[in-house]
Amino acid sequence: MSNNRDENNLIGGDVSGAKRTNNILGDRIFRIVLTLCAALILVIVVAMIAVMTQSSWLSIKEFGFGFLTGQTWDPIKGEFGALPFIYGTLVSAILALLIATPISVGVAVFLVEQAPKKLARPMAFLVELLAAIPSVVYGLWAIFVLAPLLRVYVQPFLQETLGFLPFFKGTANGIGMMSGGIILAIMITPIITAVVRDVLEAVPVTQREAALALGATRWETTKIVLANANSGIAGAIVLGLGRAIGETMAITMIIGNRPEISASLFDPGYTIASVIANEFTEATGDLYLSALIEMGLILFLVTFIVNGLAKLLILSVARRTA
Amino acid sequence: MFLNDSKKFLAIVAIMFALTNSSCFSGRQGRGDTVKIQGAGSSFVNPLMQKWVSEYGNINPNIRIDYQSIGSGGGVKQTRDRTIQFGATDVAIKDEDMKSADGEIVHIPVILGAVVLTYNLAGVEKPLRFSPDVIADIFLGKINRWDDARIRAENPDANLPSADLTVVHRSDGSGTSAVFTSYLSKVSPEWKEKVGEGTSPSFPVGLGGKGNEGVTGQIKQTPNTIGYVELAYAVKNKLPVGEIKNRAGQYITPNFETVTNAAAESLANTPEDLRVSITDAAGANAYPIASYVYVVIYKDLPDEKSGTALVDFLLWGINDGQSFAQPLYYSPLPQEMVKRATGKINSITHDGKILRAEITNVQ
Repeated sequence: MSNNRDENNLIGGDVSGAKRTNNILGDRIFRIVLTLCAALILVIVVAMIAVMTQSSWLSIKEFGFGFLTGQTWDPIKGEFGALPFIYGTLVSAILALLIATPISVGVAVFLVEQAPKKLARPMAFLVELLAAIPSVVYGLWAIFVLAPLLRVYVQPFLQETLGFLPFFKGTANGIGMMSGGIILAIMITPIITAVVRDVLEAVPVTQREAALALGATRWETTKIVLANANSGIAGAIVLGLGRAIGETMAITMIIGNRPEISASLFDPGYTIASVIANEFTEATGDLYLSALIEMGLILFLVTFIVNGLAKLLILSVARRTA
Repeated sequence: MFLNDSKKFLAIVAIMFALTNSSCFSGRQGRGDTVKIQGAGSSFVNPLMQKWVSEYGNINPNIRIDYQSIGSGGGVKQTRDRTIQFGATDVAIKDEDMKSADGEIVHIPVILGAVVLTYNLAGVEKPLRFSPDVIADIFLGKINRWDDARIRAENPDANLPSADLTVVHRSDGSGTSAVFTSYLSKVSPEWKEKVGEGTSPSFPVGLGGKGNEGVTGQIKQTPNTIGYVELAYAVKNKLPVGEIKNRAGQYITPNFETVTNAAAESLANTPEDLRVSITDAAGANAYPIASYVYVVIYKDLPDEKSGTALVDFLLWGINDGQSFAQPLYYSPLPQEMVKRATGKINSITHDGKILRAEITNVQ
């Protein structure tokens, strides 16, 4: 606090006394307001965790840690396990990232480094427009366009060429983990692209000029730019991951909604967000409701852990490049 | 996300605006106070409820009924908690939940619905025929090819493909699943033991689609699938509808007549409180996968004015309202059930006083 006053004195050093006290008061109010805003976020998070823990207490007491490792989800018999849902959430999100990251970075590099200004602007606008489409529309598109496309062309091809791998076994019907991952990838591409584009634009032009002046090719220059934008790109990916984990509507419509752990990407899966959306309205019985709320709590934790890991990754990457 | 939310927000604002407008409007029109009734529940009965609400509102402009399609489970819960005046549900409330409510709850059957088997098979023109044990084994995953001998035996003329059979079921909790699994539990001991009946059964095989529209969409899009949906969705989407062998050994197509028949045939074993499952009904012309939709209310209503209006609305629904059923693919109640349901509605009280005396416009 004393430190702070010193700063204020420094800033207001050459202003008359009366005005200076005013300024100090104003700064104090400003500071208090900002602190309250920041505290509010914390309060909301803590309140959410508290309420969810309280509402899911019945289920936590009944199943304990077994809830996390249980593989059965049978509301009729009152058996609940979350593992297939955690698996589905993580696998679909990772699949989405694997597809979306190279595409997004590629689009962003093209827009910033290669495309003529006349083309770059409308293209960037189009990419951002993709982010504005409601997810139920993505879901419908997935059912009516993506699934038939995968079923008729992509999946039979994969089965013929790479069918010996466990990922491409089973009945290819266009609905399942693979379709879920692809639709998520399409949904997070605009977000990652937009952020990566901003990050690349923030890399000073002088660096590119210097690289080119030293005789680097376009490709080599881009590599240098990308290396400098490393941590920003990682941040963009984390943002995309967050959305992929929490996405509900579109993936519910296409993933097949089957609580099963299967190595094959052709098989249906289930995500945490989907099961909550699917079953909450018709959930009768206290234990059932409680188990669904515990799923919400787990989703919260999964997001928390995944984001934390991603942040750690970014830090280490940033340290290495710095 | 972002824009999504702001769009939602705009939509909500627009709806609120529309609502306040319309309430001002009806307030001006109706003489005296407007009576408001809040109902919620079954999404299955929603199209009919909305039709009833608007038609009834035309006759009685000073009674405003609002029905929200939040699902049967939610409707029952909110009725029990007394946050709404009436609920609608596809499944009768269980005994233990009836006991734990803080008053007697009355079930009033208002309409009938049917769950049908539908499939996507190229080159099969005539409706396929299914017997109960075949249906159970398909959904248990024991029959997984279309050219299975048992399917072929019932459909000797059909050009069945030599292909895997993919089951599509509801992934969201729904009365449709409850009716379907109630049927399977009655016809197959194995189903009863392994899966049981309920709104969110754990299906041994298949893909889950969200809502009737999700299941219909997946069946329409994916060859060699089979699933169950409400009659309206199969008809509107021009999907084929299977004929199901009933208890009398007849293959029955679901339609208004056969569904109402199933209810009529079950009248003999319908208990006094009208809570009855009419799946697997006896009778030569009864379709076996059907169910009543119930309105559930407390027998003693806390508010006389809205209680009287609600009683009048329900009487109107089970009499005049039945004519709106068929265009929306529901089946009307059998005459005898209309009589019994009328008796139930007439027993509704406020502070122990029968509300029926106030009613004049229904015979």
